Amino acid sequence: MYQLIKQIIKTGIKTEAAPLPDEEMRVGAQRLSAEILRMFGGALNIRHVDAGSCNGCELEIHALNNAYYNIEGLGIKFVASPRHADLLLVTGPVSRHMVTALKRTYDATPEPKLVVAIGECACDGGIFCSDGGSPEGGGETYASCGKVSNVIPVDVMVSGCPPTPTAVLQGILTAISNKK
Amino acid sequence: MPITHPNLHLTRLPGAIPAWSGTIDHGDLQEICQRVQHGGGRLVALWGSDERVTGNGFALYLALVIEKGLICLNVPLSDTRPIYPDVSRIFPAAERMQRAAYDLLGIYPEGKELRKWLRHGAWASGSFPLRKDFDVTQSRTDEADAYPFVQVEGQGVHEIAVGPVHAGSIEPGHFRFSVVGETQLRLEERLGYAHKGIEKRFESLGVQRAARLAGRVSGDSTVAYAWAYAMATESIATVTPPDRALWLRALFLERERIANHLGDLGMLGNDVALSFGFAQFWILKEQVLRNNASLFGHRYLMDRIIPGGVAADLTEPGKQTLLDECAMLEREVHILRGIYEEHAGMQDRFIGAGRVEPKLAAQLGLCGLAGRASSQAWDARVQFPCAPYDKLDVRMATYRNGDVAARVIVRFDELFESLRLQRAILVNLIHDNTLSVPLDKLPVFGFGVGMVEGWRGEVLVAIHTDAQGDLTRVHPHDPSWQNWPVLAHAVMGNIVPDFPLINKSFNLSYSGQDL
Repeated sequence: MYQLIKQIIKTGIKTEAAPLPDEEMRVGAQRLSAEILRMFGGALNIRHVDAGSCNGCELEIHALNNAYYNIEGLGIKFVASPRHADLLLVTGPVSRHMVTALKRTYDATPEPKLVVAIGECACDGGIFCSDGGSPEGGGETYASCGKVSNVIPVDVMVSGCPPTPTAVLQGILTAISNKK
Repeated sequence: MPITHPNLHLTRLPGAIPAWSGTIDHGDLQEICQRVQHGGGRLVALWGSDERVTGNGFALYLALVIEKGLICLNVPLSDTRPIYPDVSRIFPAAERMQRAAYDLLGIYPEGKELRKWLRHGAWASGSFPLRKDFDVTQSRTDEADAYPFVQVEGQGVHEIAVGPVHAGSIEPGHFRFSVVGETQLRLEERLGYAHKGIEKRFESLGVQRAARLAGRVSGDSTVAYAWAYAMATESIATVTPPDRALWLRALFLERERIANHLGDLGMLGNDVALSFGFAQFWILKEQVLRNNASLFGHRYLMDRIIPGGVAADLTEPGKQTLLDECAMLEREVHILRGIYEEHAGMQDRFIGAGRVEPKLAAQLGLCGLAGRASSQAWDARVQFPCAPYDKLDVRMATYRNGDVAARVIVRFDELFESLRLQRAILVNLIHDNTLSVPLDKLPVFGFGVGMVEGWRGEVLVAIHTDAQGDLTRVHPHDPSWQNWPVLAHAVMGNIVPDFPLINKSFNLSYSGQDL
């Protein structure tokens, strides 16, 4: 026990300042009113859905919980059920095998709700999907529906492969910020 | 010859690892597999290929590992009735691979009932995506996935269904537990949710661009996949990357192992409610990732290994950063290991949970880190040390208890060993102006294979080229294929709340096996 407490004291506080929202990440118009967003800003619950990613984005989402980014310190936490969630964090090109599960998760999330697409694949299908002009077209393949907005509405997109934890956090904060 | 059989004629494949290939008749398949198995060998991968365009039918490929190296068997199959003898009785790990080969290509073991595996409902039954004449528009269905789960019956038995969207931030998969009270009688896994058509996608990419895809088969093992893929291309093209590139590859691979082991050790603390462990280990992991970003340009080292060499270098000041990091990690992990070992509550959860006896591990072909925690002393860096591991003398970490505690111990041991290797690599990293040799085109009708010991276990990539030298078939194989079925055995008799802990102690890939 002595070693454990000594280690905690020695480690100190590592948490860094949170990034500012970035309007560039917002897709289309802000859907929710400033009043609702202000409420979310106080305590936001996130449900993460891996819709077919390579697990790269998940590593960075996990990193959000580490002491440097300390997402819970901002009043944001990950919850186990969409019923408890205000925001869905969706990764991956949406595999056809995950379409039903993703739609059901979206439907199970109570209104008002937000969706943030995380990573290159979630934004445009990424390396897994056909380039433009292919016979399959539209970023889709026999096994993948491509970007997340092909399946459910998306409010904010965070690109990068994988996006850094700072960028993921920025995307979440953009979703709950009121457009200036 | 590594193994002998009157109808088996093997030729040595060029490249970094000792590998042979040979064509056999399907009538000899079972006997050859038996001989390999009796000699202590095991099955690494099984895949199929559509070769009708060259006037042949289909083909089945098996990669078997024996003491002397890797054996790749090519079994030509009929184009009208592509059947082969079942090998899953010899190698149980083949069972799901055979089912996947049917779902994707329509080749199947004769007389064996196959449940679907990778196909849920995205393409119609009877159409096969990896066939060259597959028509995506004709095969489109949106049928619901009706999967025949095995029902456990008896007084008081009930089912708990979990997933594909899990409670934590993990990959998608479905688990069906049959329980009595708190005790798990049986776990059935239903995977394939992350199937995004990786193998088909390879066929439309050039050799360099496909390296990017190889690095995204399983994001946490990007270095291992990129290296195995590069090794396979270099085997076909018979080129050898510059010395410095090989040393850098080993540096990247060990850094991937260090980052993943740190992350898992933290997560395992979290799963037994010691959030202190998570906080501490993830600070260390973040520091490793940040050094990766500042020195090599990517936190997970994606796209730093390319066919022909590497795409990132290490500066002299960068060496010092890594040496300082090594010293810091050795100091801190040593303290944390002491805390973990002395923490009675934690050890109580770890010891005895999710045990896989060495005998069962050997029977089922448990491999990689989890295998080494159950006495399966096999590590590609030790058995077939490709350059630069031939100069590094890797010390393999093994343990015999096969429980969560054993998998934690193996992680700690491998972490310290990787830090030692990293120091040795930094000493040997001689200056060289070239980091890669050009490799943009592969020879026609080539076959190459690469195998790398990733942090989770052996990662294999096999490549076939066509009459133009383009990629006609690429098969990436994840060690999770072998280890997922063993997880179902490991949890038997354990209580349901220990499942997340046992699962995490294996930490298997979904994307890597769903493809």
